[in-house]
Amino acid sequence: MTSRLPTGSQTVGPFFHDCLLREDARRNILAPPGVAGQRIRIEGCILDGDGAPVPDAMVEIWQANSYGRYNHPVDSRDLPLDPQFSGFGRSATDEEGAFWFETIKPGPVPFDKQRNQAPHICVAVFGRGLLNHLYTRIYFADDPATADDPVLALVPAERRATLLARPTEVDGSLVYRFDIILQGSAETVFFDYQELEQLR
Amino acid sequence: MEVTMAITIGDIVRGDRAVFPPYLYDAYRSTIRRAPRRPLIEVPLTLSELTGPGPAISAVTPEDADLTRNAGTGGEAIGQRIIVTGRVLDQHGAPVPNVLIEIWQANAAGRYIHKRDQWPGPLDPNFLGIGRCLTDAQGVYRFLTIRPGAYPWKNHPNAWRPSHIHFSLLGPSWHTRLVTQMYFADDPLLPLDPIFNALPTEDARRRLVASYAHDVSEPEWALGWRWDIVLDGAAATPFEDQQETQP
Ligand SMILES: [Fe+2]
Repeated sequence: MTSRLPTGSQTVGPFFHDCLLREDARRNILAPPGVAGQRIRIEGCILDGDGAPVPDAMVEIWQANSYGRYNHPVDSRDLPLDPQFSGFGRSATDEEGAFWFETIKPGPVPFDKQRNQAPHICVAVFGRGLLNHLYTRIYFADDPATADDPVLALVPAERRATLLARPTEVDGSLVYRFDIILQGSAETVFFDYQELEQLR
Repeated sequence: MEVTMAITIGDIVRGDRAVFPPYLYDAYRSTIRRAPRRPLIEVPLTLSELTGPGPAISAVTPEDADLTRNAGTGGEAIGQRIIVTGRVLDQHGAPVPNVLIEIWQANAAGRYIHKRDQWPGPLDPNFLGIGRCLTDAQGVYRFLTIRPGAYPWKNHPNAWRPSHIHFSLLGPSWHTRLVTQMYFADDPLLPLDPIFNALPTEDARRRLVASYAHDVSEPEWALGWRWDIVLDGAAATPFEDQQETQP
């Protein structure tokens, strides 16, 4: 079959909340009680090129469970799945540009046949003024595997810190801080993906 | 085209440059302080991107796809009743089933129910402007709604958005995620709209425009519009019922 060009992207605009963040569509809490793994909270702000908070953005996340298994048919490895854990999150930003998730720390997942990727969470950012969504990743600053991650290794060393969530303890619970800076000298690293061979 | 002022177009693009808009397109002013300015880092697709949430909302009902009545008031939305339908395809032309499509739109007067939309267009108590559905085994989606009106915005003097419906698609993988807007072929505002014109080519723009489809129109009932959507990235892996993958 001939290859078709994909449909182009357009901004989510300012008026998506009633649809994409209605009560059964928002997903701040990924891990209800009973889900296996180390419970963590992720907090961050989205800031624009002036350092101003972005109050009308949306953040989606996608992650493996604590065993490193994705709840998806392509991941057929013999690792436990947790029926209570889909791995998908969706949060608005508030007036301060803040978003949050309550989840569990993901396990490592494969990169290729030889190597694993460090535990990470995939992030997509949508907003007014973003004609296409942005992809980035959350890595864990305190995880020793982060230093050897093969995707992070493709990021210029001086920019890697923008992908590291930093642990803090707030009222006895583990909170990872991950700000997303859309523009400027401390701009977060955003990804583009290499085309798959089969599409070339 | 009729957007005649000099436009600064950034060179940072994610995905195919023949299709996807640049992040910086300063005729759409909100891009100026929000577009990344540093190069995107090109990385391979891994299991993390080749998997994805699939149809993440389990409670989708047939009523969700009828925006003329899903306000739940017992009344019907005012406006020109339309059927919007089409297929979701992968880049090889194969249908993609089980895609969650979430849509939102202004009412027939061009007004959103959203608290930040305060221009003096009338609200319709029988219209929420939100809907959702899943594509079927042939990749087909279908909504019954009313044709949205154009609405003003503050991007530039006398700025009006053309009639459009916002589409969000959760496809087979993280990499195939798409948020876009569908437009109407007979709309005179299209050449004036910087968001639509941020798409890089005439062909890319044309593929965001629905066509009037007389075979979809239903007599004494509703006008039909057809719009097919092609998801970027890997050949679609049909997302089977999530339950089947669980132990
Ligand atoms: Fe809109």
